[in-house]
Amino acid sequence: MGDRYNIHSQLEHLQSKYIGTGHADTTRFEWVVNQHRDSYASYLGHHDLNNYFAIAENESKARIKFNLMEKMLQPCGPPPDKHED
Amino acid sequence: METMDADIARVQEERRQKEAELAALSSLTFDRELYGIANRFEGYERSIPVNEDEEEVQDPTEREVARKLASYTAPKSVLADLPRGEVTDEQLGFKKPQRIIDREDDYRKKRLNRIISPDRNDAFAMGDKTPDAAVRTYADIMREEALKRDKEETLRLIAKKKEEDAERRAKEESTAPTKAQIATASVAAAAAVTQSAGSKRRNRWDQNVEPEEVKKAKAGSEWDNPDATPGPSRWDATPTPGHASMDATPVAASRRNRWDETPTPGRASDADATPAGGVTPGATPAGMTWDATPKLAGLATPTPKKQRSRWDETPATMGSATPMPGATPSVFTPGVTPMGGIELATPTPGHIALRAPMTPEQYNMLRWEKDIEDRNRPLSDEELEAMFPMEGYKILDPPASYVPIRTPARKLLATPTPLGGTPLYSIPEEDRSQQYDVPKEAAGGLPMMKPEDYQYFGALLSEKEEEEMTAEESKERKIMKLLLKVKNGTPSQRKTALRQLTDKARELGAGPLFNQILPLLMSPTLEDQERHLLVKVIDRVLYKLDELVRPFVHKILVVIEPLLIDEDYYARVEGREIISNLSKAAGLATMIAAMRPDIDNIDEYVRNTTARAFSVVASALGIPALLPFLKAVCQSKKSWQARHTGIKIVQQIAILMGCAVLPHLKSLVEIIEHGLIDENQKVRTITALSLAALAEAAAPYGIESFDSVLKPLWKGIRSHRGKVLAAFLKAIGFIIPLMDAMYASYYTKEVMVILIREFQSPDEEMKKIVLKVVKQCVSTEGVEASYIRQEILPEFFRNFWVRRMALDRRNYRQLVDTTVEVANKVGVADIVGRVVEDLKDESEPYRRMVMETIEKVVASLGASDIDARLEELLIDGILYAFQEQTSDDANVMLNGFGTVVNAMGQRVKPYLPQICGTIKWRLNNKSAKVRQQAADLISRIAVVMKQCHEEQLMGHLGVVLYEYLGEEYPEVLGSILGALKAIVNVIGMTKMTPPIKDLLPRLTPILKNRHEKVQENCIDLVGRIADRGAEFVPAREWMRICFELLEMLKAHKKGIRRATVNTFGYIAKAIGPQDVLATLLNNLKVQERQNRVCTTVAIAIVAETCSPFTVLPALMNEYRVPELNVQNGVLKSLSFLFEYIGEMGKDYIYAVTPLLEDALMDRDLVHRQTAASAVKHMALGVAGLGCEDALIHLLNFVWPNIFETSPHVINAVMEAIEGMRVALGPAIILSYCLQGLFHPARKVREVYWKIYNSLYIGAQDGLVAAYPVLEDDGQNCYSRPELMMFV
Repeated sequence: MGDRYNIHSQLEHLQSKYIGTGHADTTRFEWVVNQHRDSYASYLGHHDLNNYFAIAENESKARIKFNLMEKMLQPCGPPPDKHED
Repeated sequence: METMDADIARVQEERRQKEAELAALSSLTFDRELYGIANRFEGYERSIPVNEDEEEVQDPTEREVARKLASYTAPKSVLADLPRGEVTDEQLGFKKPQRIIDREDDYRKKRLNRIISPDRNDAFAMGDKTPDAAVRTYADIMREEALKRDKEETLRLIAKKKEEDAERRAKEESTAPTKAQIATASVAAAAAVTQSAGSKRRNRWDQNVEPEEVKKAKAGSEWDNPDATPGPSRWDATPTPGHASMDATPVAASRRNRWDETPTPGRASDADATPAGGVTPGATPAGMTWDATPKLAGLATPTPKKQRSRWDETPATMGSATPMPGATPSVFTPGVTPMGGIELATPTPGHIALRAPMTPEQYNMLRWEKDIEDRNRPLSDEELEAMFPMEGYKILDPPASYVPIRTPARKLLATPTPLGGTPLYSIPEEDRSQQYDVPKEAAGGLPMMKPEDYQYFGALLSEKEEEEMTAEESKERKIMKLLLKVKNGTPSQRKTALRQLTDKARELGAGPLFNQILPLLMSPTLEDQERHLLVKVIDRVLYKLDELVRPFVHKILVVIEPLLIDEDYYARVEGREIISNLSKAAGLATMIAAMRPDIDNIDEYVRNTTARAFSVVASALGIPALLPFLKAVCQSKKSWQARHTGIKIVQQIAILMGCAVLPHLKSLVEIIEHGLIDENQKVRTITALSLAALAEAAAPYGIESFDSVLKPLWKGIRSHRGKVLAAFLKAIGFIIPLMDAMYASYYTKEVMVILIREFQSPDEEMKKIVLKVVKQCVSTEGVEASYIRQEILPEFFRNFWVRRMALDRRNYRQLVDTTVEVANKVGVADIVGRVVEDLKDESEPYRRMVMETIEKVVASLGASDIDARLEELLIDGILYAFQEQTSDDANVMLNGFGTVVNAMGQRVKPYLPQICGTIKWRLNNKSAKVRQQAADLISRIAVVMKQCHEEQLMGHLGVVLYEYLGEEYPEVLGSILGALKAIVNVIGMTKMTPPIKDLLPRLTPILKNRHEKVQENCIDLVGRIADRGAEFVPAREWMRICFELLEMLKAHKKGIRRATVNTFGYIAKAIGPQDVLATLLNNLKVQERQNRVCTTVAIAIVAETCSPFTVLPALMNEYRVPELNVQNGVLKSLSFLFEYIGEMGKDYIYAVTPLLEDALMDRDLVHRQTAASAVKHMALGVAGLGCEDALIHLLNFVWPNIFETSPHVINAVMEAIEGMRVALGPAIILSYCLQGLFHPARKVREVYWKIYNSLYIGAQDGLVAAYPVLEDDGQNCYSRPELMMFV
């Protein structure tokens, strides 16, 4: 067996290189931080969504974008204290 | 006293005999009984001449030629078979000999003559300090080189004189008494005769020894053992004959490689074979080694014990008892015994223990002898009885006079014990460790040592405690261990050892590392793989050591440079890589300092490799960095060798770097241009060759850089002859294509005079170059057709289009290429018109050459220029040549015929009856090859026959071919089927004769044929008929064919299986799917997997061609058969089916869902796997077509399988989920996923995260809206409010 059928483990390895993917030891905090950043990136990328937010918040589009960008830094606040391990 | 003397003499005599026997063990003398005492190597060249002027400078292409030519002596296969004897005992009949040395030619073997020079001074590390006298500086080396050259000159003179002396003496000796009379002769006479006898036996050392010895002397003076301090006094020795004996000592030492290679213990017995030696020691001729011993020992032998390691000590003591210090007359004494050399050559402490009793060669010899022994052992009675019939034979007693041949070697091998029993002779204690067969177990998990390795790694076997060793020793031992692991270890051992070597490189130190690696690389028994690994070690270590390698640059180069001219491409690349890294680590200045002395080395081999290495340095550090140095070297006034090498470096740079030379082209040309008018012929030649290389590299740019050399080149071709002229012409040939049209035309006309003159040259090399240059000139724009026609063609054809040219392959090729190039200019008619008559020439190779030329010309230029008359001649000639051919493995005639006929198109019509007549006649030929060719020709010209409206003729041919379907030879049968296929393709099913309904039944049995060519052509033809003319054949016949086709699914060739599967589709379409399907479904029950797989594919194809609804009911019904293979086959068919039908699947998805449900719940893994892959294809096919309900239903069945561990199953399941992601959207999959991401069990989490990751990678953006809403906790805010906004 070994290498020939191992494509899946290779795939896993390949995927693990991307930020946002997780593993069995991913904490809730890490996972949610990634969700948030992905969300902001998505909002920034979809112009219509951005326009919608601008109207809803009554802000300029650039301000919305700026705010979203700012939020990407520690979107969920500081990381929780590491437990002993 | 008298009796005692006699006693001693007797004992000595006895010992001598014993030793002679022992010697026979490992030397070539064992079959003396067979060949007599006379030296059967008499008259052979016994050694490679090292510094003869004649075999100087060869340009790579020339060498190539020489090598190729040399191989014409016998078929390569025969030659390759010969040296197998050595490896046979490894039980690996197909293992090819991998030793590098085995495939090297003499030139390449010269690498073994090179010396790993002592460390050099690192000028950078020193700062302003004056170098220590003990360290070799650049100045020292340059002085040595100069000295060497002087010495070379002097020694050559001496050698010449010696030779003359020897000749004279030989004449006198022809009248001297024979060996038998020696004993009674006077002492003086004895001395003289001994010398002659000695020279006879040892002529390997004597004959030709002068030049070699000279070389060695030179090499020796350079040598120093790595650990000892090089005493300057040694190097300053004046090369006067008197002192030369001093120098002769290191000579032997330095040549460990060579001398070691042929360890002839016989030599030792030679020493006291001289009766004179026993009687009057003082008068022993000068050549005796053992006289020399005291002196040698004083110099370098570490302990006297080592002296006697191999041979008993008597000769030595005898020798030392001879008080004759000044009596060794000169360097050239033939008896500088290799033994002494070996002893002296073991300077490092590490090496002391390495002196394994056997050298690799000895071992191989022994192995070989044993092999021969095994094969030639007398047949036993049982064997004889098995061979002969029981009666009719009688066993006779051997005649009384019969004495079996027992060579001493065999006796010794069989019973080694008597040796020990002889009084006064004891086996030296070292013999105990002598290994004949079983290598000693290496301690501490080290890999097996090959006998060849003892020389280097023997120290590892000695049981010395770590504590007893000095720090140096233990470090050395460590390196040794690691290297052994790299060299012989398993891949994992190798990997760790390599990493350790790399990591600890600086700690271990450059010196100890290289002192062990480099000698290993010089080992004569090295194999490709080992060399690769060791080179890799150097590469890694280089990175780490960086500037620390400086003192070792030259050593490394000596070892790596030979890789640059290796036959093996990868070895060359490796060599380049190392040198490139080395130059980056050491820096330009060090590289130049290290290599400069070699540039005017006396040995051409050294200069050649150095030039190549320099070109690598240039590519690593940039050409501009090297330009000033190159300029200086190329203008060297001191020696032509330096200029030659400098210019050669430029050539190598051009070859290596290609168009990257363009920015520096001008300066490179300027540097070498004066070489064209150099006083030395070799320099002129290499300059022209370098210009050729530069122009080739620069093409099509850079003509302006060559402006300055045009004049000397064009002038040169008028004044030079021979080799130089060839080189000049070559340069011109490469420069002309760079020119503008106008200049090209002018210069071509200039050079053409000379070229035309040289057309007649008998020199093969010149011929090739002339042809090449003509090709290059002709292809340039400015040269006009009329000029070529008038000036070149007549002479060209007169001189080159002769039979002799067709005999040499390279000439043949070059001539064809050039002629085609000429034809591109002057047109088809001219060229074809000139050679067409030769199609009827009586020499077949020549006809073939003509045919190939015509084929190429016509293929590229068409046949429209050919007029009616020429057309007639051409067809006539081609027919003649085609009919007269006796052997045509490359299909030249066939291709030529096909090409010409196709190019002529409709104009062939008048000749077609004649051609077909020939074909028909040849189809009936006795020779299979001829029949095959005739059939092949039909398939080539079928299209043209159609163009000429010769349907009737084709029909006729069809009938003829049909009649030959009974052909026995499969190759021919395949061609006949191919021809039939071509005809059917062209004239169509309806007009085909014989009619399809007759043809097909005839093909059915042929489908059974197992020959691939037959199968392929037959299935193609059948498929064609099924596709286009199925209605001509009754359904029953098609069914029969279906059964036959099932067998073909077993074929090895993929093309056949694919054609078969497609044919099923055609047949099903023609006669309806039911019967075909029934056949196929039945076939699912067979055991063979490949067969079943192909059947499922066929079912899917049938379903695709006949619409799925015609097939699905029967298929699904078949799933009810309670048999694993059948059910799996059905599922697999479904999988393929949905893959093929794509979105058509939306109509069938509800129909098959219950079946898939069942399959996904089955206990059998394969069921679930196959069903999952069916689900995947189905989901992908129906994505976006509104089948979500069914898909979610299926997903619920797929999902529980995510915890499967079998790789196939889990793969299929994951892919099914991916398919679902596409069809259902990521949000749904995410909701399935969320339940397990934070499951308490790690195993569960792992699987779920795996799914999440592929989901995330596949549809990251789509997940944003689907992420779960999370509550904020104390310090973190987890909510994502944005999407809640509402206007």
